[in-house]
Amino acid sequence: MDFITIISIFVLACFVGYFVVWSVTPALHTPLMSVTNAISSVIIVGALIASAAAGSPVSKWLGLAAVVMASVNIFGGFAVTERMLAMYKKKER
Amino acid sequence: MSLSLLLAGGAAGETSPAQFWAAIAYLVAGVFFILALRGLSSPASSRRGNRFGMAGMAIAVVTTLLTHELANPVEVLGAIAIGAVIGLVMARRIAMTAMPQLVAAFHSLVGLAAVAVAAAAFLNPGAFGLVDAAGQIFAVSRVEMGLGVAIGAITFSGSVIAFLKLNGNMSGAPILLPLRHLINLGTLAGILGLIAWFTVDQSPWVFWTVTGLSFLIGFLLIIPIGGADMPVVVSMLNSYSGWAAAAMGFTLGNSAMIITGALVGASGAILSYIMCRAMNRSFVSVIAGGFGADDAAAGGGGAKEQRPWKPGSADDAAFLMKQADSVIIVPGYGMAVAQAQHALREMGDLLKAEGVTVKYAIHPVAGRMPGHMNVLLAEASVPYDEVFELEDINSEFAQCDVAFVIGANDVTNPSAKTDKSSPIYGMPVLDVEKAKTVLFVKRSMGGVGYAGVDNDVFYMDQTMMLLGDAKKMTDDIVKALGH
Repeated sequence: MDFITIISIFVLACFVGYFVVWSVTPALHTPLMSVTNAISSVIIVGALIASAAAGSPVSKWLGLAAVVMASVNIFGGFAVTERMLAMYKKKER
Repeated sequence: MSLSLLLAGGAAGETSPAQFWAAIAYLVAGVFFILALRGLSSPASSRRGNRFGMAGMAIAVVTTLLTHELANPVEVLGAIAIGAVIGLVMARRIAMTAMPQLVAAFHSLVGLAAVAVAAAAFLNPGAFGLVDAAGQIFAVSRVEMGLGVAIGAITFSGSVIAFLKLNGNMSGAPILLPLRHLINLGTLAGILGLIAWFTVDQSPWVFWTVTGLSFLIGFLLIIPIGGADMPVVVSMLNSYSGWAAAAMGFTLGNSAMIITGALVGASGAILSYIMCRAMNRSFVSVIAGGFGADDAAAGGGGAKEQRPWKPGSADDAAFLMKQADSVIIVPGYGMAVAQAQHALREMGDLLKAEGVTVKYAIHPVAGRMPGHMNVLLAEASVPYDEVFELEDINSEFAQCDVAFVIGANDVTNPSAKTDKSSPIYGMPVLDVEKAKTVLFVKRSMGGVGYAGVDNDVFYMDQTMMLLGDAKKMTDDIVKALGH
C-alpha cells in the first residue's frame, strides 16, 4: 500500500476509535483495557512474517519470541475479558 | 487512486489474487475489532463484542499463515501453543483485585513484541518487502521502524515499572531524580534526533541506540509517578501499546494493525483523560510526576487538631440502615483490599429484603484502574444496574437516608469543593455529606487517604465512624441485620 492510503486508513481509524471509545460505558472500562490489550497483539502478524522468513536466523528467533509474547496476550487478554464480562449480571426480578 | 494501487499488498506494487484477498481479510479483521469495542457500550452486548474480537484475531492470524510461507509450521504453532497455555493459565488464576498488574504485564508484552518485530524487520528487511533495488531500506520504512521500536521499548520498560509498583515489588512512592526533567527531555530529543538521522544513515548503531534510549526513557518516565496516579499510567501505557502496533502496521502496510493501533491508541488516551479529569490533575503534571512527595508541605488546611467525632458499632449501623428508605453505598479501594465485597453484597441483599432501596456510587478513581471497582462489585454478584457513576448519582445523596462509605476517603472529601489550599481542590467528589446520616467505615482515625488530607465528613454531627477492618465490620453488620 502506498503511504497516502495507509495514512488515510490511520487517520480515519483514529476518529472511529475516538467515537467508539466514548460510547463505552464507564462500568466496562476495565474490560475495555483488557480487550484492547488483546487486539493490539495483532502485532503477531508481523511476528509470524519474521519467524517464517529465511535469511536471518536472529530475525527468525526474534519473530518466534514475539509470536510467544503476542499469543500470551491474545489468549490471556480475550480469556480474562470473557471472565470479567460473564460476571456482569442484571438484577433478577 | 486506482483500484490496483489500493489493493496492492506489501510494497511490491503488483497485486496477485492472494494479496488481494489477504488485504480484504485484514480489513475485515479491522472492522471486527471496531465491533469488539462497540459491543462494550453496554454489558448486554459486551460478550458478543468480545467474540468479534476473537474472530477478528483468528482471521488476521490465519490470513498471515496462509499467505506467507511457513518455514517451519511446528515451530510457529508450537510458539502459539506455548503462549496460549501461559495466557490462559494467567487469565484463569488472576484475582480481580490484581487486574491492574495483569494489564500492565500484558502491556509490557505488547511493547516487547513490537521491539522484537521491529528488530527482525531491521535485520531482515527483504522478508518484509522493505528494500529498494539498491538493497537500502526505504526511508519512510526507517522512520516507521524507528518509531515502532521506540514506542515499543517505552511501553515495555514503562509497563514493567508500573507492574512492579502495582504489584508491590517496588514502593509506590515517587522516586525523584535530580534534574529529571532535563534528563527526560534530553533523552527524548536524542531519540527523535536519531530517528531523523536514521533516514540518512541506516547503520545498526543508530537503530540499537534508539532502542536502548527508549528502554531508558520508559523507565525514567514512570519511576517518578506515585501510586495514586497509577490509573493514569496504566491507561497511558495502554495507549502507547496501541501506537506501537500502529507503527508496525505502517511498516508492514497492514490495515488490520493500523486500525487496531488507532483504536487502542485512542482508547488509552481517552481513559487517561477521564482519569486525569476525575482527579483534577493535568496530564502534564501526572507525567512530570512527584504527586504525594510534597504532602507534608501541603498539610491539608492545617486541620491537625483533635476534633470530636462519634463512634458507632455494627449494631447501630444495622439499626440505622434498617430504618432507612434509601442507602447509597460508596466503596473505595480499601473495601477491595479487605476483600469485603461479598459481605457488602450480602448486606445489600438483607437491606433490600427489608424494603430499603440500595444503590452503589462509584467514583472514577475508586479502584486502581479505570472501571476497576465495577468489576470487583460484579465479581461479588452486585447487579450492574444498581451501580451508578458519580455524575448519575451525586444529586441523590441529598434525598438519601444513609450514605455508607467503605474503604473510600479522598473521593468523599468536601474540602475538594471549598478549600483552595487543599491538594485535592477541584477534584469531583461524591456529596456524601448531604445524606441524612453518614456511616464511615475506616480502619482507624489516624490514617488518611492517598492525598494525606483530613476529611471534614468524619467530624460532622450526622456522621458515625465505624472503626475496624472493612470486612469484619461488614460481616458484623450482616449478622446484626440477620436477627
